[in-house]
Amino acid sequence: MSVVAANPPAPAARSARPGGWGRRLVIAIPYLWLLLLFLAPFLIVLKLSFSTAAIAIPPYTPVFDLGAGWDAFLAKIQEFTTENYAWLAQNSLYWRSYLSSLQIALISTVLTLLIGYPMAYGMARAPAGWRPILVMMVILPFWTSFLIRVYAWIGILRREGLLNQFLLWLGWIDAPLAIQNTNTAVYIGIVYSYLPFMVLPLYAALERMDKTLLEAAADLGSTPLKAFWRITFPLSIPGVVAGCMLVFIPVVGEFVIPDLLGGSETLMIGKTLWSEFFTNRDWPLASAVAILLLLILVVPIVLFQNQQRKAEEAGR
Amino acid sequence: MTAATATARTRPMGKSIGPVRRSFAPWLDPDAKPLVEFRGIVKRFGETVAVDHLDLGIYEREFFALLGPSGCGKTTLLRMLAGFENPDEGTVSIDGKSLAGVPPYRRPVNTVFQSYALFPHMTVEANIAFGLKQDRLPKDEIDRRVEEALTLVKLTGMGKRKPDQLSGGQRQRVALARSLAKHPKVLLLDEPLAALDKKLREETQFELADLQQRLGLTFVIVTHDQEEAMTLADRIAVMSKGRIVQVASPAEIYEQPNSRYVADFVGDINILECGLAGRNEGLTRLECPGAGAVILLSQEIAADPGTKVFFAVRPEKMQISLAGPAEPGVNSLYGEVWDIGYLGDVSVYHVRLADGQTVKATVANRTRLVERPITWEDKVWLSWSPDAGIVLTK
Repeated sequence: MSVVAANPPAPAARSARPGGWGRRLVIAIPYLWLLLLFLAPFLIVLKLSFSTAAIAIPPYTPVFDLGAGWDAFLAKIQEFTTENYAWLAQNSLYWRSYLSSLQIALISTVLTLLIGYPMAYGMARAPAGWRPILVMMVILPFWTSFLIRVYAWIGILRREGLLNQFLLWLGWIDAPLAIQNTNTAVYIGIVYSYLPFMVLPLYAALERMDKTLLEAAADLGSTPLKAFWRITFPLSIPGVVAGCMLVFIPVVGEFVIPDLLGGSETLMIGKTLWSEFFTNRDWPLASAVAILLLLILVVPIVLFQNQQRKAEEAGR
Repeated sequence: MTAATATARTRPMGKSIGPVRRSFAPWLDPDAKPLVEFRGIVKRFGETVAVDHLDLGIYEREFFALLGPSGCGKTTLLRMLAGFENPDEGTVSIDGKSLAGVPPYRRPVNTVFQSYALFPHMTVEANIAFGLKQDRLPKDEIDRRVEEALTLVKLTGMGKRKPDQLSGGQRQRVALARSLAKHPKVLLLDEPLAALDKKLREETQFELADLQQRLGLTFVIVTHDQEEAMTLADRIAVMSKGRIVQVASPAEIYEQPNSRYVADFVGDINILECGLAGRNEGLTRLECPGAGAVILLSQEIAADPGTKVFFAVRPEKMQISLAGPAEPGVNSLYGEVWDIGYLGDVSVYHVRLADGQTVKATVANRTRLVERPITWEDKVWLSWSPDAGIVLTK
């Protein structure tokens, strides 16, 4: 997402260094990969978002014909419209979907952080021999299909599901709880699915921390709790930021979990996008929804990174 | 300070300069109570015994060194004083009060860590203020003490920097300032200079000694570097396998080691295996058939004639010459120059005796070396004055 331009080496260094071409080739391959698999589809979607829906195959117009020549190309460009974006702005369904998605993503990110931090902390403080096993256990769910794991939650959360049966058997509830097809189920599903993405960067940050710093803090009169808030937590912030981004960004556009576990009240932009695309077959509008979603996510991240870099430079 | 550094570089020296230092010996005063006391300390890590029934007293205003090879238990001992480890048996006390069950954050000691353990996300000032904030001191008092600590370690004006913007030597000073700002009863230093290069280490050693003297604090340093221990400490405890082998002033450790272990660990020494032959006219006679020598010295040895003993003599106390001494074979050895180590200030002659044993003799290079009077394969005599050496029984 953030493409950092490599500083071109000074001309003298460029000619003096042997194997400069091999070095550039190594850098070029991933860039080419990004260009093909990220930038090209993005441009297609961007183009689509300025098109008009049509009952045709493909279901939009204009369709470029590269063989038709330059004038035809320019004429087609004239057909571009910003109508889709205007529609998004006018219709409250869309901005409510965006807001609701952001809200669900924010709450689930906070929940994941609250559950993930103690987990990562416990893992980082476990005896060194256990740590690889604990990391393995966090990764283990990835060995089963994501879709199947979400389906499994339906079996747990539905009216006659395992959870309700268990609670009834314990006698804690008299009637089954309605969890399935509510936002609660969506939160459970998201927190469950995205927990590893939070735990792993947190674990990396906490495990890397020099434990002598905590001894130093204790030596200087700090209780373990204070040492956590003044030393451990501040030093783990890069892990917190990485984990929150890895959870927040994909959750905003999440489709599968709200579709399978959520109900009619669950409004998420991923679902809206899906129905525009497949139910209404309005590809241009769906594309506009996707582009706007991208902007909503990219702009704050770029701003954040800029600010982060400035803070770092100020600290130097 | 430069003159002092130069002397110390040639040979480990105590810092007993001036009459005040020389009279400081509370350990000789039977009425003096030690500030820090270890009593019957045992510490095990699984199967290994790190500290083995150890007793030790450290007095107020003393600069005390725990010296030994890695794994001898010296760091464990320091960590038990700081509170990071708890003894399995025995008690650690400060000012007569047991520290059992007192967590590190309530102990009146502060530590300078080997890795410095500076908080990387805080400025130098914030690092130093960290400990003071824990004591809930008023803000202007904290500012005053931070400034005072920075002045003490000559880092004024560096307060706003982050640790990663400092050199190794500066970081070491910040770590020192951070601990000193707390005004601890005892300052613990865990190999504080190990990460510095030789020149900077020697400079810092003298500053550290000077600081300790000016502040009148009790310092306990852990080191594996005998020269560092000699330069800094009032007393040194030489440790081996979780036990203290000898506790004494640097000069005593060097001149009167109580065992071959101490003699060998501190400085270079030649050790000859001898038999005790008896005593007459106030002189003890040793016979060393292996080295082909008879040794006479005034030291009395409480052992029966015939007992196996060790005669130890420092390389710099030997004279090397081509001509034989007045009494060849008495307090002298005969051999062939096997190797010469030229160290600039001194040359070390490795002399091979008849039985194949190698003995070292150091000669100060008083004039510029143009031609060696004694060179490889020369047959030479090594001799020493009657009380240059010492008899060790263990």
